[in-house]
Amino acid sequence: MKSLAELQAIKERMQPKVVLREGGNEIRVAVGMATCGIAAGARPVLNEFVKDVQEEHLSDKVMVTQTGCIGICQYEPVVEVFQSGKEKVTYVKMTPEKAKEVVESHLKNGQVVEKYTITHAQNTL
Amino acid sequence: MKELSLNILDIAMNSVKAGAHKISIIIDENEKTLSIIISDDGCGMTEDFLKNAVSPFATTRTTRKVGMGLPLFKLEAEMTGGSFDIKSRHVSKYPDNHGTDVKAVFDKTSVDFTPLGDIVSTIVTLIQGSPEINWIFFHSTEKGTVSLDTDDMTAELGDVPLNYPDVLEWVKEYLTECYENIGYKFDYAL
Repeated sequence: MKSLAELQAIKERMQPKVVLREGGNEIRVAVGMATCGIAAGARPVLNEFVKDVQEEHLSDKVMVTQTGCIGICQYEPVVEVFQSGKEKVTYVKMTPEKAKEVVESHLKNGQVVEKYTITHAQNTL
Repeated sequence: MKELSLNILDIAMNSVKAGAHKISIIIDENEKTLSIIISDDGCGMTEDFLKNAVSPFATTRTTRKVGMGLPLFKLEAEMTGGSFDIKSRHVSKYPDNHGTDVKAVFDKTSVDFTPLGDIVSTIVTLIQGSPEINWIFFHSTEKGTVSLDTDDMTAELGDVPLNYPDVLEWVKEYLTECYENIGYKFDYAL
């Protein structure tokens, strides 16, 4: 039976890390969560990123955030990856499966998954 | 939208953008109707803006002058034979009592009724995106109620943020278990 008291245990486990994590994120993943993104399936994409970043132990390096509409609704769900010193990468028409691949290849190993980027989508029109 | 829980996510995002500190999502459900009330203490809308709020040509977005969230929600409710209502108190006129309340009532027996869907994911997503907000969730059904107030969580967690992965996982498991305990059956879109 789950109860609020279990959060005490999480607190004891996590508190030492709170200080460590502040300002430590090198990569920010922003999932578009406006009406267009939500209708196109952004919620499961966001939740997949949150889950995989945790499972791959990337939480110290990667921050998963939500953002509004960036004006390319036809490409939703859209995910932007910001990394200091590197150009922004925009992934389009994302799914939870594609998100898993991006975490594994891009966030973990630094290899952009070109086939899901907006540049690739526009060049193959 | 495929699920009403996605409309709820979308409408609650407006409350986040309005700078709310406290947002409540109340679902009241019986055999025939399902009503959703989303209330916030954000900046509210002016009377002029409110008049147009359910028109697709009113929006807060800056990339385009078209917003579909509220009109879509209204349409989905009215298509079932239900109703839609929005009340707002703008901060300029109501400095101590500003905010917005959106209420939509759906007839569950209508062929145009969209199932509630994965409401647990919506709550987890909202907390993940805005952990600094006090989220209040209350779902009353004929079998019992499921509720969560993030202030109660913060009381246990101290300065550990609500969007920590372990905390989000707890929210998901807690709500799922609460629904199992009352024997609530989720409907999903085909």
